[in-house]
Amino acid sequence: MPAILSAGFDIVDPMSSEAAIEVVGLRKAYGDHQAVAGVDLRVDKGEVFALLGPNGAGKTTTVEILEGYRRRDAGEVSVLGVDPAKADAAWRARIGIVLQSTNQFDNLRVGEVVRLFAGYYPDAEDPAVVVERVGLTAKAGAAVHTLSGGQRRRLDVALGIIGRPELLFLDEPTTGFDPQARREFWGLVRNLAAAGTTILLTTHYLDEAEELADRVGVITAGQVVEVATPAELGGRSQAAATVSWVEPDGPRSAQTDTPTAFVRQLVSRFGGAEIPGLSVTRPTLEEIYLKMIGEER
Amino acid sequence: MTEITAARPGLLTLGLRQGRSELTRFLRSREAVVFTMLFPVLMIVIFGSIFTWEIYPGVQFSQYFVVGMIGAGLMATGFQNLAIQIPSERDRGELKRLRGTPMPPAVYFIGKVLMVLAVAAAETVLLLVFAVAFYGVTLPTEVTKWLTFAWVSLLGVASCTLCGVAFSSVARTARSAPAVATPIALVLQFISGVFIKFTQLPDWMQQIAALFPLKWICQGLRSVFLPAGMAAEEPAGSWELDRVAMVLVAWCLLGLVLCLTTFRWTTKRDG
Repeated sequence: MPAILSAGFDIVDPMSSEAAIEVVGLRKAYGDHQAVAGVDLRVDKGEVFALLGPNGAGKTTTVEILEGYRRRDAGEVSVLGVDPAKADAAWRARIGIVLQSTNQFDNLRVGEVVRLFAGYYPDAEDPAVVVERVGLTAKAGAAVHTLSGGQRRRLDVALGIIGRPELLFLDEPTTGFDPQARREFWGLVRNLAAAGTTILLTTHYLDEAEELADRVGVITAGQVVEVATPAELGGRSQAAATVSWVEPDGPRSAQTDTPTAFVRQLVSRFGGAEIPGLSVTRPTLEEIYLKMIGEER
Repeated sequence: MTEITAARPGLLTLGLRQGRSELTRFLRSREAVVFTMLFPVLMIVIFGSIFTWEIYPGVQFSQYFVVGMIGAGLMATGFQNLAIQIPSERDRGELKRLRGTPMPPAVYFIGKVLMVLAVAAAETVLLLVFAVAFYGVTLPTEVTKWLTFAWVSLLGVASCTLCGVAFSSVARTARSAPAVATPIALVLQFISGVFIKFTQLPDWMQQIAALFPLKWICQGLRSVFLPAGMAAEEPAGSWELDRVAMVLVAWCLLGLVLCLTTFRWTTKRDG
């Protein structure tokens, strides 16, 4: 490549121009407590990345440093190519932050809050469109303090996406949702991701991470212990499968690395007949995750 | 990045919108309206009916008191209102959320100032109507007195607003905010010549009160609404309008510096 073409680009890592978030050796202590102890993290543009970890693992501190709310003690951080510690309005216009909310903007109506926030952004979405997209159109004229927990969360999301962010931070977005509301919310996140928004999600729900995330990172004791796709985390795809079925004298189960061969044997033993209660399962993401953070503790 | 700032409405437009939103919230909050607007009226009705003795030929103490309540009202809308409201917004994470948007910080403060100005103006008119209708206060006829009224009120509101914003960082939680701000306001009312005629206070108390804005706001307002002859009743034997201006401007500057250096968008536990 002629030198002139590479001018201005970071040529150390050919992928780095595609990173939305890049973190190397991030550290942050509160007094004697090392909350973040050397986090390395990379989130690609257009990716949905879930950060998992128990309370107190350093998840929130890490995310809030990325959002520009907290200062770090050490490490390199780049979010959309900018150091969040030097965040300015132009950078803030490119990110969206969905915070946990309680009783905010009382006495204002849904539409009023969304319109107010739209004014803060240089290229805001039409407030009515955003309210529609989060499913609050019927509540646009309702006072914020009359909303249910799930509706309030949708408003949080509306405020997070009103500025058409390139990168969206979602902090435990579905805590307190009923199952139906969670599924609807997941649909909303998938739509945003499909439109090209990079999403960094923190969650306590493993099924949520599995549904939404391209990759998950597990953080415990201030460090990222593994980053993988939900299907591969903790060697899940290679983990022994459990085959369960019912014999005439009762239920049986067996662990096997070769479930296909095992089932084929069962089929011939049952003479090609339907095998009662047959199931083949791998460990759930939750089981793998609990094992991982259990080891770290 | 110039094109980005250009695409967004200007500071003034954003500030006006913020102010409208702040005012809407204030007016829809019944407790705030009652506490800020009607409490001084109630005080006037109660104490105005008690303080009926004459303090100057033809002037009852109720007139002196009503004028002081107008000053106390300015302090309530600027100082108490914000010193209680802002910690509550901080506690609930509203400020943190605003900080996460590209909103210029000035917009938030412009919004608060416009809200305070509107509420203070409405309250002052309300109190003046009461004062004139029931407590023998007469409106001045000279233009200069109205001008004095305008600048004393504006400087008074400005200094109290800035102090209210600065003081909002003192309260650690929303719940402790009223407990921290209300006693200060109450004590100042007692020692600044609202409930008690200023010159009847012990000398040391006058000296302390003279360090704070309320004494000077009330003194400036008295120069507008009380007979010129009463100037002799003031500590210095005159209205000291130059000193009123000086002290209030000094408090504006001090408040501004404190705002700029101590304002917090997040709570301690938020980092």
